[in-house]
Amino acid sequence: MSTSVTATQTKWWNGGKSPFNLEYGKVMMWYFLMSDAFTFGAFLISYGTVRFSSNSWPDPNHVFNAFPLAGHANLPLAFVSLMTFILIISSVTMVLAVHAGHNGDKKAVVKWIFWTIIGGLAFLGCQAWEWTHLHEEGAWWGRNPFPNANGTAASTNFSNFFFTITGFHGFHVFSGVIINIIMLIMAQKGVFERKGHYLMIEKAGLYWHFVDLVWVFVFLCFYLI
Amino acid sequence: MEHQQVLIPEVTFQHHTDDADFKRRVKKTTILLSVITLIELAIGLTIYTMHKGEHPNAFLVLAFKGVVCILTLAKAYYIVSVFMHLGDEIRNMIMTIIVPLMLFVWFIAAFLIDGNSYRNLRNDYDPHYKQQTTETKAKPVEEPEHKSGKE
Repeated sequence: MSTSVTATQTKWWNGGKSPFNLEYGKVMMWYFLMSDAFTFGAFLISYGTVRFSSNSWPDPNHVFNAFPLAGHANLPLAFVSLMTFILIISSVTMVLAVHAGHNGDKKAVVKWIFWTIIGGLAFLGCQAWEWTHLHEEGAWWGRNPFPNANGTAASTNFSNFFFTITGFHGFHVFSGVIINIIMLIMAQKGVFERKGHYLMIEKAGLYWHFVDLVWVFVFLCFYLI
Repeated sequence: MEHQQVLIPEVTFQHHTDDADFKRRVKKTTILLSVITLIELAIGLTIYTMHKGEHPNAFLVLAFKGVVCILTLAKAYYIVSVFMHLGDEIRNMIMTIIVPLMLFVWFIAAFLIDGNSYRNLRNDYDPHYKQQTTETKAKPVEEPEHKSGKE
């Protein structure tokens, strides 16, 4: 109970207050995100299981080595690092939006939500480019042109998992951007100001950070190892 | 009770963080996340150059991959605890999130071991499969258009 504001021992379960000191919607958002973590976890673990059951696997550094406008230059990890940093930065702007909401600063909330949306759109643009590029190289669900690292022909498992998992994550980013746009409009129209609190921004923020969190693991599983 | 929000039917207490302290914390976390990402990229490129060499040291590659996994967990910790403010919540709340996630320990271990066992079994009992997936005939054809969806 050391985190509570009141210095004396607060009896959280005595009634009259939320025992978790969180608004209902925020608690439920946390539990939703936990269940979503298991969904993503199941995807990534099934990918790991199949990869562990294969004698060899395509080398990510040979698959993901392109960069827009760089022609055929061999740039492993470059583009995906850009995507990773875009998501980290958009996560930071979201933190700032939530904090502005705490202070009831409508103008700052609108500003930071706007930048978060820009970051989300930039990430989606990058992903669209990467998918297009891989599709042009012949990769898609059920098609995998990339050989295994040991030189043998690879199964389609690699591209199936890649497109399914990054696609599912991209869908989360997309819905996050939509939610953020709705938050932007509501904040701009003064809905939260009239309500007297910006808890909706906090819930949208939790979702957005979760999207960033999942990307950290997708980045690890597909690009780094 | 101090600082109750009138319009919310539930009674919750706001965390009071002053702006300067908050800014410092966010800045520190941002830098930490960026630096960890850069280290991960450096290790990723090291693994890449090792794979290009004649005989990559399998143990060293595995060790580097392990380090990257640990760094990723560190990143996850900072995102959840600082950006999502879970670290500022009440202990009971933190536990209702963290304890169920412990299931992942079993989840990951069991399924990866299962995958590994399946590979060993297939290599032992299906020599044709083993030959197909481990021995390269001549040099790999660049971008072979292959049909076998199943292996």
